Amino acid sequence: MKRIYSVLVENRSGVLCKVAGLFWRRCFNIDSLAVGETEDKNVSNMVIVSSGDRRTLEQIEKQLNKKLDVIKVKTFDETESINRELMLVKVRYNRTNRKDIMENCEIMDAKIVDMSKTMMTIQMCDTPERVQIFLDTLRTVSIIEIARTGTLALLKCSEQGR
Amino acid sequence: MIAADAIVKCLEAEGVEYVFGYPGVAICPFYDSILNTNIKTILVRQEQNAAHEASGYARISGKVGVAVVTSGPGATNLITGIATAFADSIPLVCITGQVDSNLMGSDVFQEVDVSGACESFVKFSYIVRKASDVPRIMKEAFHIASTGRKGPVLIDIPIDVQKAEIRKFAYPETVSIRTYKPTVTGHAVQIKRVIKELQKAKRPIICVGGGVHLSSGAREEVRRFVEEKDIPVVCTMMGLGVLPTNHFLFYGMVGNNGQAYGNRAMNDADMIIMVGARVADRSFSQPDLITENKVLVHIDVDPAEIGKNAGPTIPLVGDIKHVFEEFNKAEISADHSLWIDKLDGYKDDTQNASRRKRHMYSSTMTEEEINALTVNPEIFIKRLSRAMNDNAVYVADVGQNQLWSCANCVIKENGRFLTSGGMGTMGYSVPAALGAKLAAPDRQVVAVCGDGGFQMTMMELATMKQYKVPVKIVVLRNNVLGLVRQYQHFTYQDRYSVIDLGDSIPDFKLLADAYGIRYLQIAAVEDMDSGIEDFLSDDEATLLEVIIDPKLVV
Repeated sequence: MKRIYSVLVENRSGVLCKVAGLFWRRCFNIDSLAVGETEDKNVSNMVIVSSGDRRTLEQIEKQLNKKLDVIKVKTFDETESINRELMLVKVRYNRTNRKDIMENCEIMDAKIVDMSKTMMTIQMCDTPERVQIFLDTLRTVSIIEIARTGTLALLKCSEQGR
Repeated sequence: MIAADAIVKCLEAEGVEYVFGYPGVAICPFYDSILNTNIKTILVRQEQNAAHEASGYARISGKVGVAVVTSGPGATNLITGIATAFADSIPLVCITGQVDSNLMGSDVFQEVDVSGACESFVKFSYIVRKASDVPRIMKEAFHIASTGRKGPVLIDIPIDVQKAEIRKFAYPETVSIRTYKPTVTGHAVQIKRVIKELQKAKRPIICVGGGVHLSSGAREEVRRFVEEKDIPVVCTMMGLGVLPTNHFLFYGMVGNNGQAYGNRAMNDADMIIMVGARVADRSFSQPDLITENKVLVHIDVDPAEIGKNAGPTIPLVGDIKHVFEEFNKAEISADHSLWIDKLDGYKDDTQNASRRKRHMYSSTMTEEEINALTVNPEIFIKRLSRAMNDNAVYVADVGQNQLWSCANCVIKENGRFLTSGGMGTMGYSVPAALGAKLAAPDRQVVAVCGDGGFQMTMMELATMKQYKVPVKIVVLRNNVLGLVRQYQHFTYQDRYSVIDLGDSIPDFKLLADAYGIRYLQIAAVEDMDSGIEDFLSDDEATLLEVIIDPKLVV
C-alpha cells in the first residue's frame, strides 16, 4: 500500500534529519521526499510518499505526530490528492531520433528547456505515473542524467474539510 | 547575569534539589553558577551513573531528575543512561556542555554531536544558540520531560552561550509549544465503551505496566477500581508493585520470565485491559495472538503505543489517573468470583508444580538437598524482601538477579520495585538506588545485583561514601555472568564463551573496607536469616555478598 504524508514541520535546522532519521530507525520506507517552505516562513511542508502494510502506515503517522518538530500530519492516498512531480532529464540525441523525442515530448506535454548540438534537457511536470510513462519512452535514447523532485501533493479541493 | 546563572535560577524555580553530574571545562560556567544556590551537587564517578542516579531519584520523588555533564566524552558516557531512561519513560533533564559555538562542527577537542547521537532516544533535544533562549528552553524542557509520556530531554549548551550576558531574566510561567499537546483526559465515548464491555465480560483481567507508576496518583485509582469491581490483576516487569505482591487480586508478572499462572490467566481471559504497558516482546511473545477471542482494551498516554504491537478492540488514549477516576465513577455489577476461584486454582497448581521441578539442572540431588548445601537465591530474595520495611525500595539490576527478583521479591503495601526493564542496562541498580535514597532518605533502599553488574558501577561506592548515602547493596556472587552462561548452556550446549569472571573478582570485603562501608557475607544456608537481619538492622551503607552456585538457572 502506498500512502502520502504531508507533514508540516517547524522550519528549523535539523528537522529534516530528525524526520528522515525516524524513518530510518523504525525501518519505514521512503519512496520519495520533497521539502519546501510554506506560506508561513516558519513552517516547512515535507511531502513523503511511503509504502507498507496498514499497521506500518498507521505507525508512521503516529510516530510523526510524536515528534516535537511536527506541527501537523495529513495523510491521503493518491486518489484523494493532486500529485505532481518535476523531472529534468538530459539525453543525447542524433539526427535519427531527434524527431521522435520531440514528438514524444509533445504528446506527453514535456518541454525541451535546454539544448546543445548533441544533447537536450527535457522538463516534465506531471503526475508521478505520467512522469514514469514519459521516462519509459526515453528508454531507447541514451539518458545522461536525471533529476526528480519526488512527489508534491495537496489534498483535492473537493476533499478539503471532509 | 550570565546564561549559566539563568540555568541555575531555572533549576531553582523548578524546585530541583539535586544535580547529578561531572564537570569539565565546557560546563564550568554552570558549575560556577551553581555555587550561588542551595541546590546540592552530587559528583558521580562516571557520567552514566549521573543519569541512572537522576533516574532513581525521579522514580521515587516523582519529580524530574537532573544530570549535568561536560562535552565530548562526558556527553557520550551519559548516553547509556539517557537511553535507559527513555526506554522506561523516566523524566530527566540532561544538560551537556558544548564547545564554543563558533567552533562547533570543526571537530575540536572534546566536541561531539550529542544531540544527533541521542536523537532517537530522547523525547526532545535542544542546542542552545542564544543566551536569551535559556529561560524558555528550560521551562519547555521540564514541561516536556514531565508530561504526556515522560522521558529524557537533552539540552546541549556551548560554553560561550553559558557565559553570555542575559539582560533581563524572567522564568516563564506558562509553556506554549504548538507541536506538543499531550492528551490527558480519556475520550468519554471510549471510556463508556470500556465500561459497557466490562459489564459483559465474564473473565476480565487488568495488566498493569510502568505507566501506572509514572502517572501521579494512578496507583491508588487503579487499586480502588480493581478492589471495588473485583477484577484480577497481572503486571509487566515495570508494573511490579502497583499492587502489593500478596494482594488477593494479584496474579503475578506475565511474560516469558513471569509466573505461569499469570500467563494462564491472560490466555483464559475474555477481556484484557492493558494499562500503561507497551505489549512488548518481553511480556508477550506473540502480541498478535492476545487479541484472539478477547476484547483488548489498551490504555496509554502515548497514542503511538496503541496498536503498535497488537491491534486493540478499544483504544483509549489518556492519563491513567484520569481514566481510572472516570472508571471509578461507573457502576458495574458483575460477579467475577468464579473466575477468581479459577485463577486461585491456577496459582496453587503452578506453585506446587514449580516446587517439584526446581532449576538445578546439573545435579542428581533433590532440591532440598541442594538448598541445604548452598544459598538458593530465590529463597534468599524472598526472605530478604519479606524482612524489608513496608515502604522499602527494592532495586533489581539486570541478569539472573533481575529475574529471580521479579519472581520472588515480596513487595509490601507501600513498597516500590525499580529496575531497568526496557533497556536492561547492567549496573543500573547501585546508582539508581543511590538516587532513590536521596529522594527518600527515610525509606530503606536495597540494590540487588550480580557480581557482573556490580563491577560495572561499583565506583559509585565512592559517591555513597562522599555524600553519606546509606544504600544497602546485595551482590549475588557466582563468579560468572549467569544469565549469559545459562543461555550458552541451553543454546550452545555448554560451550561457554567470555562469561567467566573467575579469580579476578576483587575481594569484596577489602573493597568495602577501602570505601569504609560495612561488609557482610552469607556463604552458608544457616547464615541466611541472621545475615539478612544484620544487613537490615541499621541505616548504614552495607555491602552484603551472597555466595551462590554458578550453575543455577532461572
